[in-house]
Amino acid sequence: MSALDQANQLIAQFGDLFSAPTEFRGEVTLVVDDPERIAEVCAFAKKSLGFDYLVDISSVDNYGDDPRWTVVYELYGISHAQYLRLKTNVSEEKSELPTVTAVWRTADWHEREIYDMMGIRFRGHPDLRRILMWEGYPYFPLRKDFPLAGKPSEMPDVAFSKPAPIEGGPFVAAPGGKDAIEREPRVRTPED
Amino acid sequence: MHASTEFGYNSKIEGDAIHTRVDAALNWFRKNSLWPMPMGLACCAIELMATGASRFDISRFGMEVMRFSPRQSDVMIVAGTVTYKMALAVKRIYDQMAEPKWVIAMGACASTGGMYRSYAVLQGVDNIIPVDVYVAGCPPRPEALLDALIKLQGKVAREPVVKELVITSRKKALSVPEKPVEAPPALA
Repeated sequence: MSALDQANQLIAQFGDLFSAPTEFRGEVTLVVDDPERIAEVCAFAKKSLGFDYLVDISSVDNYGDDPRWTVVYELYGISHAQYLRLKTNVSEEKSELPTVTAVWRTADWHEREIYDMMGIRFRGHPDLRRILMWEGYPYFPLRKDFPLAGKPSEMPDVAFSKPAPIEGGPFVAAPGGKDAIEREPRVRTPED
Repeated sequence: MHASTEFGYNSKIEGDAIHTRVDAALNWFRKNSLWPMPMGLACCAIELMATGASRFDISRFGMEVMRFSPRQSDVMIVAGTVTYKMALAVKRIYDQMAEPKWVIAMGACASTGGMYRSYAVLQGVDNIIPVDVYVAGCPPRPEALLDALIKLQGKVAREPVVKELVITSRKKALSVPEKPVEAPPALA
């Protein structure tokens, strides 16, 4: 059974929760309209469709658009060797959706990382703490409105941070340039 | 007779006595048994391990006794990217080292933050602890680290040990800036 068939089974089960699956280079993506039901959908995908392996959960900051967050679940079934991608959109005001740790235990750290970097909370998570930054760090550094250089912070006896000297950067390499001068890392605005 | 033996100790001429300065003698002891403490934080630590392995033979210089305890070490080799999360731990370990102690910043990240102009990385370990020798490279080859350790030996050999000991023992607040002391004559 192909991933497209499995996506159609999900649609048959949950009806109007999904729009039509999109396929790009053999990868099937389904958008879950209601983020509140993501755990339910994932549980069905694991139990009935054999997606027993959660490859990754990632998050996207659509800064300036509404809803601001997109959470992406990459599913894989070891027995049938098919991938399926689930996406769901979460508004900035809410910034919260149910955890899938009850479905796949590996979601624990993935969700902690998303909480740490983006500030999206997962309701029902057993241990929603920061995973990369330290406890008490006041920002979510992967958000688009967070400066690349960072911001100053101070957490006594734990850690501090200071903005890094960007010195005119960020410096971006251009791989397609005809010589080393064109290829080397330089300040490049998107118009260049 | 070789020219170099003129500086050496010849018991037939000088008997059982060696004349030297306390500074020179203490520094000689210190510099030939630098015990490094590996502070391996990133890929530089791989080169640090290579330095400690047989091919590069760090024991030629009396530095082969790598200790993982700050209490037993003389020189901390900060090898790798110092993140802000790790920074105070590095400082704490440095503070636990007994005097005299020295620090080598190995590689671009430990020296300046390197390519990580980022919210998460300390821009050079010299922001939190004093560094004696900086090693360029990403990562530096073992030869570069050995060169840094030999440069550090040169620095250790020129330190005013007695002056510092006297100052410490009298617990005097030192207001006069210290003058660099001339290098003692080579002993070996």
